[in-house]
Amino acid sequence: MTVAAARCVSSRDVCFVGIGLPSAACNLARLTHAPGITLIYESGTIGARPTVLPLSIGDGELCATALTTVPVPEFFRYWLQSGRITVGFLGGAQIDRFANLNTTVVGTYEAPTVRLPGAGGAPEMAAHCQQVFIVMPQSRRAFVDRLDFLTTRGHGAGGEDRERLGLRTAGPSKVITDLCVIEPDRQTRELTVTSLHPGVTRDRVQAATGWPVRFAPDVGETAAPSEHELTVLRHLRLETENAHKAKEPA
Amino acid sequence: MSVFCSLQEAVAEALHDGDTVAMEGFTHLIPYAAAHELIRQRRRSLTLVRMTPDLIYDQLIGAGCAAKLVFSWGGNPGVGSLHRLRDAVEHGWPQPLALEEYSHAALANAYDAGAARLPFAAFRGSPGDLARVNPNYRSIVCPFTGETLTAVPAMRADVAIVHAQRADRAGNVMIEGIVGVQKEAVLGAKRSIITVEEVVESFDGISPNACVLPHWAIGAIAVVPGGAFPSYAYGHYQRDNAFYLAWDAISRERDSFRAWIDEHVMRSDPEAFARRAVRVA
Repeated sequence: MTVAAARCVSSRDVCFVGIGLPSAACNLARLTHAPGITLIYESGTIGARPTVLPLSIGDGELCATALTTVPVPEFFRYWLQSGRITVGFLGGAQIDRFANLNTTVVGTYEAPTVRLPGAGGAPEMAAHCQQVFIVMPQSRRAFVDRLDFLTTRGHGAGGEDRERLGLRTAGPSKVITDLCVIEPDRQTRELTVTSLHPGVTRDRVQAATGWPVRFAPDVGETAAPSEHELTVLRHLRLETENAHKAKEPA
Repeated sequence: MSVFCSLQEAVAEALHDGDTVAMEGFTHLIPYAAAHELIRQRRRSLTLVRMTPDLIYDQLIGAGCAAKLVFSWGGNPGVGSLHRLRDAVEHGWPQPLALEEYSHAALANAYDAGAARLPFAAFRGSPGDLARVNPNYRSIVCPFTGETLTAVPAMRADVAIVHAQRADRAGNVMIEGIVGVQKEAVLGAKRSIITVEEVVESFDGISPNACVLPHWAIGAIAVVPGGAFPSYAYGHYQRDNAFYLAWDAISRERDSFRAWIDEHVMRSDPEAFARRAVRVA
């Protein structure tokens, strides 16, 4: 999943990076096929080149390796809202068939069964990045027929909903899961499976999805991770794990 | 006009029950020492404002200081949930907590408008269900182009509290590294408390573009070395990632949380922070 996500970006991209899997994917890309990629974290660090994966979007490592660090309002106003960021990676607790995301609550807002962290940078990221890739493991709990809360608009109600709302960017153009790659249909914008990871069947994808899954007429097979990609990713994870272990006695 | 004083005096003087208080620091320079002073002085019914209410607000909420939380992302970064925040929202413990929730862009814009002393901020975007649960999300039509923009009211706290690397003798304050919304929070607030790592003779020789809050734009300055620990102070000490991981277990149960607050906050003082933070060589 991380490798498939990493392959979506190139050296030309200016990439808005979130913590966790997106950060792993973008840094893997930077260390393999996309050395020129610009990574921006929402803490305002522009052009960060971390040697280990940060635990939070504001780690000192990001600032120390960045080309420049700007205030958070400036980041959202000048850099994101202006459309200067080409790619954003997002995840969420729930996603629906039009790639809308919920990171706010499971259950009702007033009496939630699970209170999630909330919106963070996601709504405006989905609105202003030229395109958005969503990365999340696929399960019926996450891929739901109906979101409990629409935190971040992907393709809204489908069709030309984004254009109607005045959004000028492409929105989510790929959903990368542990099972497959899913892309919005050109007209309806409904998510359609375009590529299955090696060994994954259509039935397995359907079993992990809360709505009747559409498959493209020419579903391909995702290329397996190369030895080099896996080596770099494992090394990055190991370095990260070591760096985040206790540095001093509590 | 800034005044040097102890943290105890600063909090006692500037912060009252029922105030709206913004404690900022975007994962960096988080004013933990000030938050602990506020818990010790048993402030109640506060409206807590912060883009990323992480461990610092989990502690304040669990300690019963808060009636309302204004925020845009509430979690233990890189680790998981805030258990005290969730307990307050899901079970009303130790008291119910009202939420006023934004996205980062919305709240950052609101702070920006607060610093500019404008009544509201306008920006592009499509707020989704946040607009349904937060009536402060409105829209406004641009008088020049006719474009509909999202609007939120300016954020102006009664008190802003931030931590910075240093003050000079004249009471100016300099912030380095990730600067978040600290400047906007302070300039927008009616009163401010700034804790600093150290006091230097002067800022001679610093970059002309350094982030400096002039003495005439801020309130109290308290020198509290290590005051941002377990977050970090760029150039001074690193983030204690192990503590952020450990907080998950400490905060999960009410009893273990109360025991931690009792030992590390109630029976402690601001000077303890200097011992906790290990300086970067």
